[in-house]
Amino acid sequence: MQVEVRVFATLRQYLPDLGIGEAKVMDVPEGTTFAQLRDMLGLPADEVKIIMRNGIHVEPDDVVQDGDRIAFIPAVAGG
Amino acid sequence: MTRKILRINMTDLTATYEDIPEKWAKWAGRGLTSAIVFDEVDPTCHPLGPNNKLVIAPGWVSGTPAAPSNGRTSFGGKSPLTGTIKESNSGGLSSQKIAKLGIAAIIIEGQPKDGKWYYLFINKDGVKFEDASDLLGKGMEEVDRIMWERYDHKPAVIGIGPVGEILAANAGISVNDPENNPGRYAGRGGLGAVMGARHVKAIVVDDKGGPGVEIKDMALFKKGRKKLTNAILAHDLTKPGGGLNAYGTDVLMNIINEAGGLPTRNFSSGQFEGAAKISGEMIAEMVEKRKAGMTGHACHPGCVIQCSNIYPGPDGSIIASPIEYETAFALGANCGIDDLDFVAMMTKECNDLGLDTIEMGNTIAVAMDGGLLEFGDKEGALALFDEIRNNTPLGRILANGVEATAQMFGVHRVPTVKGQSMPAYEPRAIKGIGFTYATSTMGADHTSGYTIAPEIAGVGGKVDPMTYEGKADLSLAFQATTAFIDSSGYCLFIAFPILDIAEGFEGMVESVAGVMGWDLKAEDVVELGKEVLKMERLFNERAGFTNLDDRLPEFMRYEPLPPHNVVWDVPDEELDKVYAWVHED
Repeated sequence: MQVEVRVFATLRQYLPDLGIGEAKVMDVPEGTTFAQLRDMLGLPADEVKIIMRNGIHVEPDDVVQDGDRIAFIPAVAGG
Repeated sequence: MTRKILRINMTDLTATYEDIPEKWAKWAGRGLTSAIVFDEVDPTCHPLGPNNKLVIAPGWVSGTPAAPSNGRTSFGGKSPLTGTIKESNSGGLSSQKIAKLGIAAIIIEGQPKDGKWYYLFINKDGVKFEDASDLLGKGMEEVDRIMWERYDHKPAVIGIGPVGEILAANAGISVNDPENNPGRYAGRGGLGAVMGARHVKAIVVDDKGGPGVEIKDMALFKKGRKKLTNAILAHDLTKPGGGLNAYGTDVLMNIINEAGGLPTRNFSSGQFEGAAKISGEMIAEMVEKRKAGMTGHACHPGCVIQCSNIYPGPDGSIIASPIEYETAFALGANCGIDDLDFVAMMTKECNDLGLDTIEMGNTIAVAMDGGLLEFGDKEGALALFDEIRNNTPLGRILANGVEATAQMFGVHRVPTVKGQSMPAYEPRAIKGIGFTYATSTMGADHTSGYTIAPEIAGVGGKVDPMTYEGKADLSLAFQATTAFIDSSGYCLFIAFPILDIAEGFEGMVESVAGVMGWDLKAEDVVELGKEVLKMERLFNERAGFTNLDDRLPEFMRYEPLPPHNVVWDVPDEELDKVYAWVHED
């Protein structure tokens, strides 16, 4: 199944070929968790603070669904 | 030496140094500006009339040696934009210099009988009232430059641009930064017009030879300072090279967009297809590509977070400083504009003319909604600043903010609470911040109770942004803690590390206790903050505000917000819980 993944801010260094806000389209096996997807992409677990699926927070152990728009996000805030 | 109140009477052109009365003795920063406004300003007065006052106060730790990020100044008065009490808070050079002169607060009252304009020069020897007629009509870039030419020691320059002179409701107060740029603003709520109504164009503060800040318990202060600094330097968000330092507050652009909470095209969508182009990552890329400007800029001396930036143009010249998330949202996404250079050029205009960037961007967005321009028309948007600079009738309408403009252009989608327009978080998609917008004593204001930290960023806990259960308590806790931090002189951004690192929170409390000679505990923070909120709330009640003013605009109840297609579904009774305690205690 296919998903699109975005990474932001300090996490972009691990996927340096992606432009700002650009999605990486990936095929992943059924049953893949967000933690597994994060590891596949080489994102350090302690640097991923938030994971979103279609704009909604998910937990690392939740399972990825076909067509998900996924974002891995480090510590951010401000205003 | 004991802190003094400096009272400046513009009617008599006199300045007096007064002992702090007992009732104000514990306060500084926002606590002090709100206490003074509460005691001395008639809540029913006209904000631009003779009976309003402008109060300026550094915080408890402002100007102390090496307390991290301690350079925030509170500006208070009755707001011409909202009609409520107002505390607007700025970085820049002013806070530490006022504090080092031994001044707890400057109260500016009265109006010159001769109708002339003045600027004030304040140093260790006292106050001079100087003729400002040669400064009238000048933007803040020029005013700052002139003052640094005229005076030694790189003084703080607090000033108003041309829109403050015409007493426009969106006039902010500028404070110069360490490079003497006018980008640090007590922007919200029109306090620039309150300063203008006193015919004060600028206040120049030179702290050379001043007595410095008295610290009652140096050992406790140093212990607290160290713990707080360590927490800031350890937290992923605020450490060197962390999110704020590397990308500035605009690091939020892509994230809030991803969450579906980025107000776009006058609050008609929560996602903007051009978000990446106006994001903090793009600011950093432009700085690198154009080999000019900088990220990691400090807005005041001694800041360890350094989240500001200086944005360069294509030819390597500097356009503006800083580009904040709020700026990029208001002048970018909310106007449908995805060009960072244009966002920067409009920011430069705001900083020079003396306009709050949030209110200004939202004003352009409302005007676009009303048909003045197409959404996305960046050239047209930039040209509107000429209308303001030339003081045309259209320019005067725009300089008075969102509600004035919405009325002139027949727009029903008016994203305001108590007359002040909303910052960069959509309350339909992030409910807790809606509680803060609705109930804050300041009108719609994100900084007064930043529930975004746990709702979106997972800082200080994690809660679901889409639900409203528990959000009244959450918003109140943030509003109270914020009122304390706004009184401290610390930058509000220290909240992020200390919400996650308990020792940092202790350190903040100990550093304040050390300065004041108090026995202060962590649990006292919320109680002191609530005392500030209560004064502000009671002022507003006496000005005629009721719980019916604690509501979000009607359109948010029936216009679903893409992409989550949610409306504001929070019952009014939930909102009324936030301040129910004011008359119960």
